[in-house]
Amino acid sequence: MKAHRSRGVVRYQNRSGWLFIGTGLVLTAIFSLYPVISSFILSFQTGKGAVYHFNGFGNIIRLFGDTVFRQALSNTFVYFIFQVPVMTVLALTIATLLNDPKLKFKGFFRTAIFLPCVTSLVAYSVLFKSMFSTEGLINKLLMNIHLISQPIPWILDPFWAKVLIIIALTWRWTGYNMIFYLSSLQNIDPSIYEAARIDGANKFKQFFYIILPLLKPIILFTTVMSTIGTLQLFDESFNITNGGPANATLSLSHYIYNVLFKFTPNFGYAATISFVIVFFVAILAILQFKMAGDKND
Amino acid sequence: MTKSRTLIRNKQTHGKFQWVNAAKSAVVYIILSITSLLCIFPFIWMILGATSASRDVSSGKLSIGLELINNFNKLNELIDLPRILANTAVLTICGTIVTLVVASLAGYGFEMYKTRTREKIYNLLLLTMMVPFAAMMIPLFRIFSAAKLLNNYVAIILPMAASIFVIFYFRQSTKTFSKELIQAARMDGLNELQAFFYIYLPTMKSTYAAASIIVFMSYWNSFLWPLIVLQSNDKKTITLAISSLASSYTPDYGVIMTAIIIATLPTMILFFAMQKQFVEGMLGSVK
Repeated sequence: MKAHRSRGVVRYQNRSGWLFIGTGLVLTAIFSLYPVISSFILSFQTGKGAVYHFNGFGNIIRLFGDTVFRQALSNTFVYFIFQVPVMTVLALTIATLLNDPKLKFKGFFRTAIFLPCVTSLVAYSVLFKSMFSTEGLINKLLMNIHLISQPIPWILDPFWAKVLIIIALTWRWTGYNMIFYLSSLQNIDPSIYEAARIDGANKFKQFFYIILPLLKPIILFTTVMSTIGTLQLFDESFNITNGGPANATLSLSHYIYNVLFKFTPNFGYAATISFVIVFFVAILAILQFKMAGDKND
Repeated sequence: MTKSRTLIRNKQTHGKFQWVNAAKSAVVYIILSITSLLCIFPFIWMILGATSASRDVSSGKLSIGLELINNFNKLNELIDLPRILANTAVLTICGTIVTLVVASLAGYGFEMYKTRTREKIYNLLLLTMMVPFAAMMIPLFRIFSAAKLLNNYVAIILPMAASIFVIFYFRQSTKTFSKELIQAARMDGLNELQAFFYIYLPTMKSTYAAASIIVFMSYWNSFLWPLIVLQSNDKKTITLAISSLASSYTPDYGVIMTAIIIATLPTMILFFAMQKQFVEGMLGSVK
């Protein structure tokens, strides 16, 4: 009797479950799952307009000979390799400083450093473009304090344009990452510090042997998120430098956009490039998980 | 134990230690002040820029000007500002409502009615969260162009409403929700949907507040996908307008800064009015 009743409840509950997730499931299936699969299939096809045919590894072979692609890939990696570590270290440092319970004006500092997160990527990109123009504000300030004697061609020089994108990204995202670290730091039981102090660990030792291991999961999370973010970079490349000069700041997503809408559209080839991003996101995420896991033992 | 603690503390606040500590904390304050200034500075620049003539902005003049009204009028001549703001608001408000409804129902459903099949589906969805948008963009474009929905906000809202991130956020928050409440509601004769709307929704107000801020921001600030989908000028949103103003050969930065202020104001107000929920929403899924 009881078993019969509970079976009925289970069936009812199961039906309700589908009811609740139904809309979400249909939408994600059509607008997330299907596009991923379709894009994967498309990456082995080529053609123009609406007619596409199987091309085997043709697109992948084309990638190797495509100098613009290679440039975009290396640009994206430069952003990733320099920007993510710099930002993570900065954010960790600031979070640690802000976590001091005796610190005054903590609310002000935290709000100020978090503030860049409220800007849209387009708005801040254009702001940075205007500040860093050759005759613009930053050059003027740097020349006034005699740090440089000639204006830096931030937007016109391949090297400085990359530096500019990295500076801009760091400005926009450091506060965001800092908030994650700060909230984790505040979740650490104060008695742990107390115990460490009694054992004679100084601030540095406390940081490296106690705080850092405890923060590892959140650092892993933020670096994986930053990796995905950097590899998908588009708004900055599009709005600060428009990929220039001579593709020196072109990101992979920006190149995909160009292949799709600027040149004769080739959806197949664009899909192949997009799977290069998927490939690297997967590899880097696995690598980061591995690195974090190894230190755990 | 307590005794040794106070001993250590006494040692730190004595003589030389006190001096070293003062110097250390001065360094901390200097570092934090400089960082704060660097973070706030572009906002000051934006405000100064909006009050200045284009020439002064381009030459990096750091002063307040008298051109604000003039810039605003010029902006109105260059773009159809009321229309663009109305577009952005319609897209953002509709999008936020649809996304919150769909995602909270799904997040609740996945957490409250766990079965092995649904867990598998959920994990599959989480996996697609790792796939960059660039990889989905092409099939999405083909879907909406086949459905003749390009240049329509539906094409922006539907893919964003299926945000796995927001579903994930609601599921994580539902974990802290007491299931006994729903059990009690069932006893009182409420059906499953009623229990959701009358019990879950009011209890989870702060979760909804935090999520709505994040979703609001993602619609208001969205760029790449609207850039692809919205092709006619009368559908453009504020980010698209700013981007096209800035990419002209002779950008008028005074005017552009005015547009940027208008675009940033809503999110800024949201941030200062609901700072706690704002930060909570950003942290969201991690907790």
